[in-house]
Amino acid sequence: MKVVLEARGIVSGYDEVEILHGVSVSVHEGEMVAVIGPNGAGKSTLLRAIFGLLPVRSGAVFLQGEEVTNLQPDRLVGKGLGYVPQVENVFPTLTISENLEMGGFVRRDGVGQRLDQVYDLFPDLAGRRQEKAGRLSGGQRQMLALARALMLDPQVLLLDEPSASLSPKMVGTLFERIGEINKSGTAILLVEQNAREALSLCHRGYVLAMGLNRLEGEARGLLDNEEVGKLYLGA
Amino acid sequence: MATLEAAYGRLRDQLRDLRRVAGHVIAGPALWVLFAVLAVYSAVNPDTRQLFVVGVVVGSIYALGSMGLTLTYGILKFGNFAHGDMMMLGGYFAFFALTGQILGERGDIEASWGLDSLPAATDGIAGLSFGYGLIIATVVAVAAMSALSLGIDRAVYRTLRRRKSGIVIFSIASLGVAIAARSVILIFWGPDPRVFVSGIHPAKSLPFDITLKADQMFILGAAVTLTILVSLLLYRTKLGKAMRAMSDNPDLARISGINTERIIRWTWIIGSTLVAIAGVLLALQSQLNPQLGFVILLPLFASAILGGVGSPAGALVGAMIVGISQEVSIDYFAPGYKPGVAFVILIFILLLRPNGLFGAKA
Repeated sequence: MKVVLEARGIVSGYDEVEILHGVSVSVHEGEMVAVIGPNGAGKSTLLRAIFGLLPVRSGAVFLQGEEVTNLQPDRLVGKGLGYVPQVENVFPTLTISENLEMGGFVRRDGVGQRLDQVYDLFPDLAGRRQEKAGRLSGGQRQMLALARALMLDPQVLLLDEPSASLSPKMVGTLFERIGEINKSGTAILLVEQNAREALSLCHRGYVLAMGLNRLEGEARGLLDNEEVGKLYLGA
Repeated sequence: MATLEAAYGRLRDQLRDLRRVAGHVIAGPALWVLFAVLAVYSAVNPDTRQLFVVGVVVGSIYALGSMGLTLTYGILKFGNFAHGDMMMLGGYFAFFALTGQILGERGDIEASWGLDSLPAATDGIAGLSFGYGLIIATVVAVAAMSALSLGIDRAVYRTLRRRKSGIVIFSIASLGVAIAARSVILIFWGPDPRVFVSGIHPAKSLPFDITLKADQMFILGAAVTLTILVSLLLYRTKLGKAMRAMSDNPDLARISGINTERIIRWTWIIGSTLVAIAGVLLALQSQLNPQLGFVILLPLFASAILGGVGSPAGALVGAMIVGISQEVSIDYFAPGYKPGVAFVILIFILLLRPNGLFGAKA
């Protein structure tokens, strides 16, 4: 299978503090990959560095074979990479439909057709198009955030802890929806605290610790791995 | 003893909560009612009716100014102290385009060109004091102010953005721009007030003992039209929606693929358009005066905050309240206290309703 996204030896961080000391991950076409690890392992930092929101000091990012290291986000979305931040991932004073329009901002051919497809994926949003995003509940917000990122029909989607601060029931619904998105052909790189749920959904997984790769492999294998179980799954 | 103190602490917290909630629930509607009653009273009272109407005209000018202020605040996240002086500079640009006059070593020199040398350019249209020459001059001023603002953004504000400077640095920098703009006016046109058109222009008598000049009706019409246009831009166009998105969350706008620097450039162009037009209208209502830009800054901020920063319709209503209050106050206090009225309104709003009458997010 073709590799659609590859990060090699990423070194990055905030100002003086280096958080990633050389992390490598790759995502194949149509694959769903989980990145798990304890708090402060650098999971979210990895996504931000890949998406050009933090400077990559060393290492490289490849999107479908093309090097895109340190490219600005507005260039990356044009190349088929999408990103959903963990918090503040909708425009609260804009309506649902305007939020989605902004998601498709760089589309030259208009958003109409894609809008219909995305509403089909998220029927609960379709019924309240003119409602302000700020009035949505936590779970609906996450749905809208996902929908916004899907407006450009990305090749690869980066998701930063989508289940954070959601009720267990909502987490189930959300993961179901993420699974559907993946089945429709979008490769997904998912950072999660909810390690067990994430691994049971994904094909492969990476375990990060202290800004370094700790373990990687088939999701099934990681779930059964004794070390992973003890450290992150609370087994 | 300890329990008593704890109980006192709890009571104090509860009182504070109560006051906060009361502030939110009561202050909004109460202020609306207060302003509505005052407005209706001053409109009905024969002593203040004329002042009320002038207040509406002044409010129209404030509306255009505070709309620009609210736009730059929303997108760039700082209070632009240069707004008043840039307004004045826009007025002077239009003056220069119209008359070609500029201060020389010994009084004014007049350039050989000037829009007023076009045939019939200064003949009043439909009772107005000015002709099509001033309209073209305003367009020239809009273009010049847009170019100037883009240049200033590139030289000053973009540099600060790249350094990730705080809001205070931005505002102080804008104060520097304000002083520079005023100095440019003083260097090129001197300290003496100027007018576009000299001479006396009689006011028209309207029903209810109101007299109004054609120019003043024009100002009101222009303000309402531009408010509608800006609202349409913000709520109906892709650019406007992107501007609102950026005002909501600049990081997410970038993540969505919006080129934020491009949106910032458009914000300056639209803001400068409003600034230049407001400057010309201000000069029509009073005069071109190098000091006026700074004097008008306070009512502009009061209007923008009153209307809830970020909303054009709010800016219009806020500006009307400030304009009418200032003018009607002449019936009760000396006219010198007019800026004080804007100050008092500003303080009240900040205390009672810091998010503005419409309760938009701060």
